[in-house]
Amino acid sequence: MSERNAESLVDRVRGRLEGPNTLGNSTTFWIGFVVAVAALAAYPQVTDPYTALQTSRYFALAFLAISLCFVWGYCGVLSFGQVAFFGISAYTFGTIGINFASMTGATAGLFGAVIVGTLAAAVLGYFMFYGGVRDVYVTIMTLVVALVLNTFMGQTAGSEWAIGAARLGGFNGMTNIPNLTFGIGEAGIVFQTVGFYYAVLFALVATYLGLRVLLNSSFGMTMVAVREDEERTATFGYNVPFIKLVVFTIGGGLAALGGVFYASWGNYVDPSVFSIAFAALPVVWVSIGGRESLLGAIGATLLIERMRTGLSSGIGPVGPEWALVIVGGLLLGVILFMPAGIAPTLNDLKDSLLEQRSSRSPSSSPTEESVE
Amino acid sequence: MFESVAMPLQSTFDSLGALFFQFLNSFGFIVLATVGLAIIFGMMGVINLAHGEFILIGVYGTALPYHAGLPLPLAMVVGVLVTTVFGVIVERTIVRHFYDRLLDSMVATWGLSLIVAQLLLIIFGSSLDSISTPLGNISYGPFSSSIYRSILLPMIAILVLVGLYVLFTRTEFGIKARATIKDPETARAMGIDTDRMYVMTFAIGSALAGLTGALSAPSLGSITPNRGGTFLVEAFVAVVVGGPSVIVGTLSAAGVLSVFNATGSFFVDTFFGQMLMLSVAILALRLLPEGITGYVESWRRRRRAEE
Repeated sequence: MSERNAESLVDRVRGRLEGPNTLGNSTTFWIGFVVAVAALAAYPQVTDPYTALQTSRYFALAFLAISLCFVWGYCGVLSFGQVAFFGISAYTFGTIGINFASMTGATAGLFGAVIVGTLAAAVLGYFMFYGGVRDVYVTIMTLVVALVLNTFMGQTAGSEWAIGAARLGGFNGMTNIPNLTFGIGEAGIVFQTVGFYYAVLFALVATYLGLRVLLNSSFGMTMVAVREDEERTATFGYNVPFIKLVVFTIGGGLAALGGVFYASWGNYVDPSVFSIAFAALPVVWVSIGGRESLLGAIGATLLIERMRTGLSSGIGPVGPEWALVIVGGLLLGVILFMPAGIAPTLNDLKDSLLEQRSSRSPSSSPTEESVE
Repeated sequence: MFESVAMPLQSTFDSLGALFFQFLNSFGFIVLATVGLAIIFGMMGVINLAHGEFILIGVYGTALPYHAGLPLPLAMVVGVLVTTVFGVIVERTIVRHFYDRLLDSMVATWGLSLIVAQLLLIIFGSSLDSISTPLGNISYGPFSSSIYRSILLPMIAILVLVGLYVLFTRTEFGIKARATIKDPETARAMGIDTDRMYVMTFAIGSALAGLTGALSAPSLGSITPNRGGTFLVEAFVAVVVGGPSVIVGTLSAAGVLSVFNATGSFFVDTFFGQMLMLSVAILALRLLPEGITGYVESWRRRRRAEE
């Protein structure tokens, strides 16, 4: 009896997590997923602390990737400005953490930074979507916002540019940002090195699962409808600007969370987080990994950033200066030859292989047609 | 500068003159930086995020022969030719796959821009020697302005716009090109080689980028591979503020934006001018989501509907 209850619980959970909007709905996928998470969890135990620390930075950046994947891949809003919310949140975390140098202060910084980053996205989103700004104009506008911040933060070197005790620091950046902390008064945990690694990994996995639930809910279906055809969705009575605003705000919140992790990782943030070069990276990761696959985007982030770190000391004759050429080439190649990105292409390949194998016995479950 | 009211009339005129030359300088720069991008976006619906790097190729194509001993005007011709050839190659290999995929075209050309900028860095090092600005300065009162940047470049910018207007409205090529953009199927049925029209239009856009690069080479100061971004931002902002109509859009957006850029730069500093211009662009996009010409167009349509 209890076994059956447990089974139906698994089914219920899987029912929430699975649907036509996410790739990977098979038992094999979930086994692979658990194995991969377990492998990542075991990774710091078998590698040196430096590598583990680097990997936790990739996790922080992966939040940027999933935030873009969420707004672009599922709602059709290509934003070059996710880094703006990432950076705003990083600076806010630093400001609060430096001014209130205590466990409570750093914890308040975590929440405060995410709230400020999310609000920034909500304000910009309201400004754009209720003003009728669309398509490529959204892309340009978000990019311009990031660049305005880049220019602005770059000239804050003077001592008059400070919020309380926190100096903004111009191009030298803000230093002495506290570690990621969770606690009040004297009781709490400070996440450092391996602890930080586990905290961010946990947050990433939880976010991924949470987003899967959201994407397969009726709200997720509406998002996809907006992506596919805005006018038609509006004709059915949906408030398209509102949906876009909600999606953009959630995306901003995810980027903001990544920003907190990023700032507390290096105890440092500088205006380069708002630069064109950095703004390009999320687009690169998501395009290569697959804009309609959260896991693809995360995987691409980890691999590309790992490659960039590897190249920074040079591999054989290929020096660090070639890293960007390779990244650009990868991006161009993927867009030309597999426009959907690597993960969805692999998924299609797997599906067609399975179909060939089982073509003699008609499949019992009807395959979901993707809305294209 | 704010006490100019108390100063004699002459110095007020000088300040106004300086402000005006600052405006011309900014106007010429924005028009030239924008026009190649505007042609490719307005006529072909492709956003070329590598536009800054196209201009950069024009700069390098001019600077390298110049340093090798060629006279500056000839070196500029080389710069334009090199960029045009590069543009044709890019169109044939990459851009033609993206004619109906706007966002993909942005991402793909973004990849291209990373490659070009980094290859320029790898091949030619972190900077080339600068070329001194020709033609000297005119000075009046305490101010002086570069003749090349504040007079010659704005004039060339206007000439380019007039030339494009004639090309696209008065010549057979222009009519064929516009027909191709409007309705490729019908154009093909009427015997127009649409493929050729796309290549030609893209080549014109690239040549204009090359021209911009060639003309900017002597006014850039140090020539570094990361300068593409400077051009790209101004160009983008002007294209989206201007809206879909290429020539009028470029002209009006460049006019509006450089008023703010010049005023901000003149009264505070160049940093403030830049910030002011970008903020105005954001506001303009919010108020006129289709750009200036898009707004005028829909206003006209409403007027016609009312009559």
